[in-house]
Amino acid sequence: MHEWALAEAVITTAFQIAEKENLEEIIEVNIKLGELQQVDLDIFKFALSQLKPPLLKNAKFNVTRMNAKFKCRACGHEWSFNDVAIDEDAREAIHFVPEIAHTYVKCPRCGSPDFEVLQGRGVWIDSVVGAKRDD
Amino acid sequence: MIDPRISVIHERLRNVRNIIAVSSGKGGVGKSLVASAAALTLARKGFKVALFDLDFTSPSSHIILGIDDLQPKEEKGIIPPEVHGLKYMSIVYYAGERASPLRGADISNALIELFAVTIWGDLDFLIIDMPPGISDATLDLLRFVGNIKFLIVTTPSQLAFETVRKFIELLSEIKVPVIGVIENMKMKDSTFIKQQVESKGVRFLGEIPFDPQLEESIGNVERFLATRFSKALEKIIERNLKPG
Ligand SMILES: Nc1ncnc2c1ncn2[C@@H]1O[C@H](COP(=O)(O)OP(=O)(O)OP(=O)(O)O)[C@@H](O)[C@H]1O
Ligand SMILES: [Mg+2]
Ligand SMILES: [Zn+2]
Repeated sequence: MHEWALAEAVITTAFQIAEKENLEEIIEVNIKLGELQQVDLDIFKFALSQLKPPLLKNAKFNVTRMNAKFKCRACGHEWSFNDVAIDEDAREAIHFVPEIAHTYVKCPRCGSPDFEVLQGRGVWIDSVVGAKRDD
Repeated sequence: MIDPRISVIHERLRNVRNIIAVSSGKGGVGKSLVASAAALTLARKGFKVALFDLDFTSPSSHIILGIDDLQPKEEKGIIPPEVHGLKYMSIVYYAGERASPLRGADISNALIELFAVTIWGDLDFLIIDMPPGISDATLDLLRFVGNIKFLIVTTPSQLAFETVRKFIELLSEIKVPVIGVIENMKMKDSTFIKQQVESKGVRFLGEIPFDPQLEESIGNVERFLATRFSKALEKIIERNLKPG
């Protein structure tokens, strides 16, 4: 359920952007959800709908999922999340702190834990679309 | 692309009155022991205290506190469990006893993640056990958390103090408050460190003797708090730390 905390982060950030850009209303928030964090989309969307302040009351949250991609720093091999078997406990830990992937995941080709998460780590805001105040 | 986690960190720390990073330029000087003893002592004095182990690649405060088998609750965020009268947060909840080979960017990401989702509630003190040196964690705390005070630990060694001197100079250059310096593992009378610290315009908080009984108290909180180490630290706290 810590999806709520992540949703709150999205709302807080969108709100700050609206204030900074002098928006009267936020119409759209475009969000990227990385596969690695395994965010529960239903809970996340529900949390967003419950947490939104008046400035976001008509906002549409567009969530795009991003596949997780890894690249080994030792041998250069690239792979995706489904290429490696990860047990339930590890998935749960990675859900809370995606960097914990380095504790459990190894390069499927050479076994190194020294890899880079190229994409699909966690929650990002891609853009916020709003209506400007006319003053 | 915008990282939404950053903006919520201040919200999470809204009701935390003092954030204290126990740091040093040097490794192995007693930061984790000082941070743990300070957190336990303040909790026993009736303050609301949390201890956060930010040494992600070499966490050790859970061993000092004798913690295994503890897990945070998940409830619209992560609620750190209470143990020995304080709220305790560490990456070991997720990494277990396995090694976490994290690079700088990963450490920053994990730090931001945990600060963004941990629900501390109302706290008088959030004590942070820092990794050694002017690390990624140090720079990230300054960047994302703010409102932090540093408690610096050194040993009587010139080698330790040389790194501490740079650390203090950096912090004062960027106008970050330093509570003061504790001289740990004191073995013989000398005012070298005290003089050096005070010449930098920083408070010398006091000294903790080298305590041969300390090692066997690790993992047992009652024994740990009864050591000369913890008693000396308690005196330093009583003299110097005022919440507010
Ligand atoms: N006053 C003391 N008397 C005796 N031993 C001590 C004292 N202070 C620290 N030690 C010993 O020094 C070692 C390092 O302590 P500790 O782990 O707290 O240091 P640290 O600064 O956190 O290290 P690191 O930089 O690796 O995080 C421990 O083995 C501890 O038992
Ligand atoms: Mg330590
Ligand atoms: Zn490889």
